[in-house]
Amino acid sequence: MKKTFISTLLATSLLSIFANAADYIVDNKGAHASINFKIKHLDYSWLTGRFDQFNGKFNYDAVDASASKIEINVDTTSINSNHAERDKHLKSGDFLEADKFATAKFVSNSVTDKGNNQLEIKGLLTLHGVSKDIVIDAEKVGEGKDPWGGYRVGFSGTTTLGLKDFGIKMDLGPASAHVQMELYIEGIRQ
Amino acid sequence: MKNTKLYYGWVTIVIHWLVAITVFGLFGLGYWMVELGYYDSWYKAGPELHKSIGLSLFTLMLFRVIWRIQQPQVEALESHSSFEKKSGHAMHILLYFLLFFIMLSGYLISTADGRGIEVFQLFEIPGFGSLIENQEDKAGLFHQYAAYFVISLALLHGLAALKHHFIDKDKTLLRMLGDRN
Repeated sequence: MKKTFISTLLATSLLSIFANAADYIVDNKGAHASINFKIKHLDYSWLTGRFDQFNGKFNYDAVDASASKIEINVDTTSINSNHAERDKHLKSGDFLEADKFATAKFVSNSVTDKGNNQLEIKGLLTLHGVSKDIVIDAEKVGEGKDPWGGYRVGFSGTTTLGLKDFGIKMDLGPASAHVQMELYIEGIRQ
Repeated sequence: MKNTKLYYGWVTIVIHWLVAITVFGLFGLGYWMVELGYYDSWYKAGPELHKSIGLSLFTLMLFRVIWRIQQPQVEALESHSSFEKKSGHAMHILLYFLLFFIMLSGYLISTADGRGIEVFQLFEIPGFGSLIENQEDKAGLFHQYAAYFVISLALLHGLAALKHHFIDKDKTLLRMLGDRN
């Protein structure tokens, strides 16, 4: 009787050490997260930019990464390519139609732990009013206590989106048919 | 050269027609250039020309206003009805006001990130950056609709002149063409 009690106690305390499933919110306040993009310019160089405003939350468990869930909302009007005239064009009907589709949303369906901190995140991206399944190749960068009493975990990820797949009508040429997304997400445990 | 109470001087006449041609030209250029494809050879040159001409028009309009204030006010023809006198005057003021509004909003689009505007690749007009949130979008919207409005008003203004010429058979239009008989 006593033995089972102790082993149960031991098991629970062990579980509580390893079973770290916890809710996180994306640290947009401290700007330790960014949603960047790059697209070929005329097949000669890369044009980079980012979305300044977004929010998100996720549930993550280092032991069982497949139980993780992610949800990110991006304010498409906050696109910033460091050139106001171009940003105006990117927000217009030729590209994002940001006045109509002000939010892009990603919700994960499955997370596969591929070992060595590599994750494959599948989910539904709604962009420009079009919902499509996408795959994000992600990597866990690290996790642990921060110096100010909190707990953080960070990921990076990439995915490629076809402009036409999301109904974006501007034709930038064959080299620029796809945009590469570079995601850097740091979450603070709640 | 100078205006009198009865006649427009050549400075006023030349500026009037120069502004008219420029405004319609800028409208056509603006309407056309925003639809150009990315690989069109005018994709870059069109907007650059539009901005250069627009800023030149701004200096011309500044001179025009100063000139107008300094010169004797040319009075409306006596044969005009009181409605024609009042609406004509209101139209002129509105056209001036709208043109400045359009030029200012155009400036605010291109300078929303603090970039200056190059004029005919000769010199650069400095920008002051963002004064309003999403300045490039809001200024762009005002620029577009104010341009539609000013073109409609300018057409109405032209129709009124033609009405005076062909229906009333008075000197309204001829005075702006330099006729003093």
